[in-house]
Amino acid sequence: MDVKDIIKPENKVYGKCPVLTERVLHYCPGCSHGTIHKLLAEVIQEMGIQDKTIAISPVGCAVFAYNYIDIDWQQAPHGRAAALATGAKRICPDKYVFTYQGDGDLSAIGTAETIHACNRGENIVIILVNNAIYGMTGGQMSPLTLEGQVTSTTPYGRDIALNGYPLKITNLIAQLDGTCYVTRQSVQNAAAVRKTKKAIRKAFENSAQKKGTSFIEVVSSCNSGWKLSPVDANKWMEDNMFPFYELGDLKDK
Amino acid sequence: MAEKLLMKGNEAVAIAAIRCGCDGYFGYPITPQSEVMETLMEEKPWETTGMVVLQAESEVASINMLYGGASCGKKVMTSSSSPGISLMCEGFSYMAGAELPCLVVNVVRGGPGLGSIQASQADYFQATKGGGHGDYQLIVLAPNSVQEMYDFVDLGFELAFKYRNPALILTDGVIGQMMEKVELRPEKKRWTDEEVIKLHGDWATTGKTKDRPQHAITSLALESAVLERFNLRLIEKYKKLNEQEVRFEKTNCDDADYIIIAYGAASRVCEKAVELARSEGIKVGLLRPITLYPFPTKEIQNMAKQLKAILTVEMSAGQMVQDVRLAINGALPVEFFGRLGGIIPTPEEVVAALKKMVK
Ligand SMILES: Cc1ncc(C[n+]2csc(CCOP(=O)(O)OP(=O)(O)O)c2C)c(N)n1
Ligand code: SF4
Ligand SMILES: [Mg+2]
Repeated sequence: MDVKDIIKPENKVYGKCPVLTERVLHYCPGCSHGTIHKLLAEVIQEMGIQDKTIAISPVGCAVFAYNYIDIDWQQAPHGRAAALATGAKRICPDKYVFTYQGDGDLSAIGTAETIHACNRGENIVIILVNNAIYGMTGGQMSPLTLEGQVTSTTPYGRDIALNGYPLKITNLIAQLDGTCYVTRQSVQNAAAVRKTKKAIRKAFENSAQKKGTSFIEVVSSCNSGWKLSPVDANKWMEDNMFPFYELGDLKDK
Repeated sequence: MAEKLLMKGNEAVAIAAIRCGCDGYFGYPITPQSEVMETLMEEKPWETTGMVVLQAESEVASINMLYGGASCGKKVMTSSSSPGISLMCEGFSYMAGAELPCLVVNVVRGGPGLGSIQASQADYFQATKGGGHGDYQLIVLAPNSVQEMYDFVDLGFELAFKYRNPALILTDGVIGQMMEKVELRPEKKRWTDEEVIKLHGDWATTGKTKDRPQHAITSLALESAVLERFNLRLIEKYKKLNEQEVRFEKTNCDDADYIIIAYGAASRVCEKAVELARSEGIKVGLLRPITLYPFPTKEIQNMAKQLKAILTVEMSAGQMVQDVRLAINGALPVEFFGRLGGIIPTPEEVVAALKKMVK
């Protein structure tokens, strides 16, 4: 059979989501950011809300998220995404507003903005991409770095006596009455990707129903920061991250 | 006759915000300006005009809520006093870099640090020379009456949108707390998205439709050449501000041998000082800068030709006086008189300083 016989509309089983732009991703090969972008674009496409969505990008490797997802974006100062989202959503309540943030952005410098937005129950979606490291600045420790994890500022491994404990920020968020849906997902294989997509869809639907804040942590890999190949990074994540950052719903109201 | 009401400067800001079609106020309590948010909460504008009022968890959050609202093309504002404004400086820099309009009111108190809650003008440098990082400017308005507190809310929004740049009302605890009669201006409706596009262009994040490209509000430009081009464009914008938006008020200047330059509460004291000095035969006038950025440099240079000396009076260690000296560039003696720590100078003290200069 000739290739031309196969390339027919009726044979199409998968295609590039039109809400993604044509730009080539700047992320390292194996990085989770690209997969999560794709899922967001697909949910926005499937819900038909491209013209109703306002997204807030962080300072971190995803600072350029606006280059890839073809919706309106606001690029926030480091850690302040939830405050921008609050301002946008309060004045434009008919829009879908989501933030996309790294673990450093959300749980170090942006802790106050995050907790208070969640506690007010802002009708927004917060996506936390937890790769347990500051990817963008070259792999320093984040509050979510695991005990013993080697980073450029914990060259001998994270020492609890020196650096304190890894912060289970998502568990903390789940305690807040303003949140309606808090879940921890991942994207290292097809099954996980499907689950995360479902979670994102549910979060956006919660926004429409004015249920409060939906918070999705995606436990992710940063193979460059971790200094591992993409395959080894996924393995390291499964062996070390998942036992500490347990996957699944923490709250579904 | 338009309606006149007796109110505090801070209350005037709140009433003006509602009546001029402001879309959202976000703030954090701090003396001496808490009446702004308190008045707004009491007025409940969300039930009438639909204006949002929200108490934020910090000034860092307030200014970033403004960032989010302004990016949607909305008229957003906050108010605070000195320590809170320090926290907002990161946001000013980002919003100037992202070319976003917003209005900020700084009811200045004595500093540094926690300082006092008394009126001061010690934040002039912060307001006009940066505060945040990078080559940017705020549009700075300095009211000296409760009426101007009211009027400059609308003016601040007008300039902020015209130039797509944050505007700051730099006032102080005296103007914020004192009560005067205010003439209410006709009410303006809040803009719709379509009106903002028609008036100020199609740049806001209102949701990407099929018929327009994505709008991404950002201050990021990693390529040096791109950033330099942007920096040059900002310089052009500030040049235009300096050409078109300088505002000042002159009293008793026509025959003056000397002038006092003062703004805000200090200018009110100096009005009286000019009166006293004139009664003793000193030919002195008052120049009151209304815009501190852009600064009335040219006007000062024009006036210098007829003058023997200039006295600058401020409630600070001497900040605006540096801009006066830059304008004069050594052509005349420029003296300074100031009181610090929240103390308001008396007209008699100003006259004494004037006499010392005249001698
Ligand atoms: C105020 C401020 N402090 C520090 C930085 C430097 N900085 C940029 S990104 C970053 C950390 C990003 O890490 P994370 O949020 O985990 O995102 P990732 O790159 O891992 O996706 C830091 C510290 C900054 N841009 N602004
Ligand atoms: S540094 Fe890490 S987070 Fe950043 S793009 Fe590379 S793999 Fe992804
Ligand atoms: Mg990270």
